[in-house]
Amino acid sequence: MARRRLDLTFPPRQATKPITYHLVKDFDLTPNILRAQIQPGQEGRMLVEVVGPREAIDAGVAFLEKEGVDVHPAASDICLDEDECVTCGLCTAVCKPGALTLDSESKALVFDKDKCVYCEACVVACPRRAITLTF
Amino acid sequence: MAKSWEEINARIASGDAVVLTAEEFAGLAAEDGVKAAAKKVDVVTTGTFGPMCSSGVFLNFGHSDPPIKMQTITLNDVPASGGLAAVDTYLGVTEPSLVKGIEYGGAHVIEDLLRGRAVRLKSTGPGTDCYPRTEIDTWVRLEDLNQAYFFNPRNAYQNYAVAANTGDQLIYTYLGPLLPRLGNATFCSAGALSPLLNDPTYRTIGVGTRCFVAGAAGYVAWEGTQHNPNQNRDENGVPTAPSGTIAVMADLKKASPEFFSAATFTNYGVSSFVGIGIPIPVLDEDIAATLALTDADLTATVIDYGVARRSRPALGQVTYAQLRSGSIEIEGKTVPTGPISSLPTARKVAAEVKRWVAEERFTLAPPLEQLPQPGTQAFKPLEIRSEEAI
Repeated sequence: MARRRLDLTFPPRQATKPITYHLVKDFDLTPNILRAQIQPGQEGRMLVEVVGPREAIDAGVAFLEKEGVDVHPAASDICLDEDECVTCGLCTAVCKPGALTLDSESKALVFDKDKCVYCEACVVACPRRAITLTF
Repeated sequence: MAKSWEEINARIASGDAVVLTAEEFAGLAAEDGVKAAAKKVDVVTTGTFGPMCSSGVFLNFGHSDPPIKMQTITLNDVPASGGLAAVDTYLGVTEPSLVKGIEYGGAHVIEDLLRGRAVRLKSTGPGTDCYPRTEIDTWVRLEDLNQAYFFNPRNAYQNYAVAANTGDQLIYTYLGPLLPRLGNATFCSAGALSPLLNDPTYRTIGVGTRCFVAGAAGYVAWEGTQHNPNQNRDENGVPTAPSGTIAVMADLKKASPEFFSAATFTNYGVSSFVGIGIPIPVLDEDIAATLALTDADLTATVIDYGVARRSRPALGQVTYAQLRSGSIEIEGKTVPTGPISSLPTARKVAAEVKRWVAEERFTLAPPLEQLPQPGTQAFKPLEIRSEEAI
């Protein structure tokens, strides 16, 4: 089983189509929607994690692209600028999945991207605007 | 065993002084006892690096030809005070940009100046016989200014509140976003490294104290605004809630962007992280006992910021060791914690002050005047009233 995070951009005309339904029914994938901004008639964005056999994920991605959905890998979407970070630690106070933590001894900021659900709480909290999410 | 300021300064001047950071001193005291540590060590250094809103700089631009009496002043579109002499101004860190709002403010201008960047100065004046110019639009760098110095009316708060929110809505505060229903708690103190927590009754820190301000050698200029020596204190005499404060001065031209960083708190405003460090002489065992206190010995009060009133309810007391562990108990619930004040940078400040004293022979100045002591001066609220009622 493979796991892949996808950043989907829907053109306005597609935004109402139930693509997650098709991912489940037609490709036997398990989609987990981490973040979505979809409104009728407007460009939509969805961050989704899909779990399934590698070939099924590839086929699912091909289906999405054929449907006019712009598919990008999502892993590079969040960025911590270490030059701007002052290690205050405020981001750790709002990070529910525990992706941002402080080392128990040095209190340096540790960012475990695998745990990030792209909720943007840290982006909003960071007083240095050092964390950016590029959707 | 008591040491005088003169004895300690003589040892600093000769390069023989034994200097430790507050964390190192607590470690030594735990091993050898406070008495032995007090005998061995001459100076203990402290440090903190947190958001301090009551900060800002006085600037003098020099005169243009023909000259202008600056009445409205902006630096990179951030308003500065026009209420001083012709080309003097005060720029406060919390002042928001007229264009970018709180995403860029006085603190960001100061950080840009510190980083050597040119800043756009625009000003208008009334035009007078001696200052005929009515407008100016030019660019200035830190090196172009005659004087540029911090005067921060309130820095280095002695202890601070732990912020939590029992309400049903996410709220944005100067202590960061507070999640509803006690979803998190934030705190803002260097704890055992914090300058004023190491000298709880202001024995050695007073007007004229030499200190570290944003990387520059500066002075404690006065008591800080809202200095409140009468806060609740624990059995060691250490305040358990926000209490003493200091006003500090230092040359901006000698400061470093490593120890001054602009900050924006979403839906709140602009502020600045300021590094403050103070060396404390180990005069006797009494002061050594407070210098030896650790995060486990220092207490803060949890306050419910979900209640938007002057007197917010207290939700209990916790130690800094508990806060730093990553979670605390409030009303039987485990609440995750996060700091706003950087401990790694506070450690850097304390280490730098240690280097100043031990290697650069930075001597200590006894207070020219003491800060207001416990038992003196009340902390007054602002009453809303009419002219007739006063």
